[in-house]
Amino acid sequence: MKLKTLCAIAATLALVHGAATAQDKPAELKIGISTFTSGPASVFGVPGKAAAELLIDEMNKAGGIGGVKVTPIFIDEGIGGDKLLSEYRRLVQEQGIRTMLSAISSGNCNIIAPVAEDLKVLNVMWDCGTEKILEDKRYKYVVRTQANATTEMVASVLYLLKVRPDLKTIAVVNQDYAWGRDSWEIFLNALKVFKPDVRVVAEMFPKFGASDFSTEISRLQALRPDVVLNTGWGGDLDTFVRQAGQRGLFKQNITFVMPLLESSLERLGDAVPAGIIAGGRGDHYWAHPETRDDPKHKDFVAKFRAKTGAYPIYPTYHMAQALVGLKTGYEAAIKANGGKWPSPEQVAEAMRKMKFKAYGREVTMREDGQGLEAQLLGVTKRDPKYPFAVIDKMVLIPAELVTTPVGQKSPVWIKSINPGLAKVLATDEFKPHDFK
Amino acid sequence: MDASLIILALMDGVSYAALLFLVALGLTLIFGVMHILNIAHGSLYAWGGYFAATLGLAITSLSLPPVLGLPALFVAAIIIGGLLGTVLEFFLLRRILDKDPILQLLVTFAAFMVLEDLQRLIWGVQPVFVSDVVGQLGTLEVAGVTYTRYQLLVLPSVAVVAFVGLRWFLRKTALGRQVTAVTHHREIATAMGVNTHRVMWLTMALGGALGALGGALASPTTSFTPGIGAEMMVLSFAVVATAGLGQIGGAALAALMIGLARSFSIYLMPELEVLMPYLIMVAVLLVRPEGLFSTVATRRI
Repeated sequence: MKLKTLCAIAATLALVHGAATAQDKPAELKIGISTFTSGPASVFGVPGKAAAELLIDEMNKAGGIGGVKVTPIFIDEGIGGDKLLSEYRRLVQEQGIRTMLSAISSGNCNIIAPVAEDLKVLNVMWDCGTEKILEDKRYKYVVRTQANATTEMVASVLYLLKVRPDLKTIAVVNQDYAWGRDSWEIFLNALKVFKPDVRVVAEMFPKFGASDFSTEISRLQALRPDVVLNTGWGGDLDTFVRQAGQRGLFKQNITFVMPLLESSLERLGDAVPAGIIAGGRGDHYWAHPETRDDPKHKDFVAKFRAKTGAYPIYPTYHMAQALVGLKTGYEAAIKANGGKWPSPEQVAEAMRKMKFKAYGREVTMREDGQGLEAQLLGVTKRDPKYPFAVIDKMVLIPAELVTTPVGQKSPVWIKSINPGLAKVLATDEFKPHDFK
Repeated sequence: MDASLIILALMDGVSYAALLFLVALGLTLIFGVMHILNIAHGSLYAWGGYFAATLGLAITSLSLPPVLGLPALFVAAIIIGGLLGTVLEFFLLRRILDKDPILQLLVTFAAFMVLEDLQRLIWGVQPVFVSDVVGQLGTLEVAGVTYTRYQLLVLPSVAVVAFVGLRWFLRKTALGRQVTAVTHHREIATAMGVNTHRVMWLTMALGGALGALGGALASPTTSFTPGIGAEMMVLSFAVVATAGLGQIGGAALAALMIGLARSFSIYLMPELEVLMPYLIMVAVLLVRPEGLFSTVATRRI
């Protein structure tokens, strides 16, 4: 009884506090950001955090959001879902933070989204990919400022069909966890729409964090499929590419599809051969064909390199999208609120109706909170000017073509894709852009 | 599954088992002598790999002759194993020899976490990888499949040399006999005039160097990332538990079993690959709770 009363008081206080901030312009806007600073996914989390620090600094120099200074508070996703959740609650309930950017991991987004809804906290899913969250349930406080797994995988299939239209067999080597399994399911279902007779010759799911792919590589060499899909990332993908290169797997007539390779290119140096289909979970690339000469983008690339010594990779662009999206949403909500500081629900509402542009094409937000973000895919190429492979023959696939419409679910929608879509990519509108 | 696939699976399994064996050998040696399950052994693997990569990069950046690449792996293992092994023995293990096993486990686990964080401070979180050695040694073709000489020849040879060498050392040299004596009973060995402190220090340095060697030899083919030490720790513990704690011959057999089962499962039932080491461990422990090679403990009184 006592605990219940206490909870009720705490909840009421939180509400009162929320109501107060809805009117008065705060001295600073604290935002909680969850990112991986430990564990294997810190290959994304650490650059993401660096981008956040850089961009928030810039934003504050230019007057912050609606004239309010932004202060980020970072929490580590590497501590595991349960602990992350208590950290999240701590930020909301003890520090009164009502704006969160969370998370990188889809597992963490699954945990956070319902809690954000309960706590009435604006939660921007800044990097996680699972399409299920916003398809299975309608959220008021949760939005995603980037594409989802369906968009990414269907776009990858379309690009593969452009590069290797005659494919007959495919094998997969994905990490053994939710993303590895889910991405394969989406990819295969989409591929079967266009190629109903495609034969899956091997499905291999090595352990997450595996350090040895020798047997997988031997088996691929024995099977010689037309296509090998690997949606892995980080150390797993690096190890696979290195070992495949050492073992001569790239010399065989296999088309490799690596939808997250963009994030490993610089690290892998000369280990990446030409001719691998590469993507970066959206239309972000430091040599993006449409924005590479945009002064704002060039400035970001230069500053990020000065800060971290590396080229920006997709999580940094996702961070930029989340922050620009947040600013755009806040400013729209302030305007709609007659100049007064908006409540989290007003911002969440505004974020569903806006368009914004970070360093790629403009992102359009839908009423279900899902962002429509174009997909950039290309083929790796060696360029003597760089000590690592670059992405060439880039095609930008608009999200509208490859995203499940509002109110539908991906597994059903994918099966209803019109096979004629593959021909659309052959038109002039989708002429590949060379790397420059 | 035809004959050529069986050959392929055998070769992959053996090269994987070789690395696993080296790490497990260090772990089981330390347990044999000190009766402490050293969780920090996983860190030695990680540090060995990272340090080998650092040396590899240094060779390239200082434009030293590339043939130094392979010896550098061993140098890295000896430096890291000797250094960390000594520090751990002197500051931690020596002080908890007679404590409760649970406490020993917690202390070495704490050391593991400290080392893991230090490793992140030194080498960062981005995957680290130096593979020049593998390229230099070239490849060979078996049943139409390309293998690197490194994994097919170097790794198994090193494992065999380590195994034979360690057995010879323990059986034929005076110092080795002293180590064996301490393994049997520390107090009696002390009473007979064996310098147990020196033996333990030596064991930690040697065991640590074996763990680090596993990491160093993995570094040309594997990206080192935070968390890799924990992975290896769990796997090598599975090997040691299957073999029977402190059993060197058993560790070789268990590593081979796990390596082969893993590679065969990738051909036949990829879904089972991750489970394989633990299935074997459970199966063995159900029949022989002390492990494959353990003899029934002799009464000490």
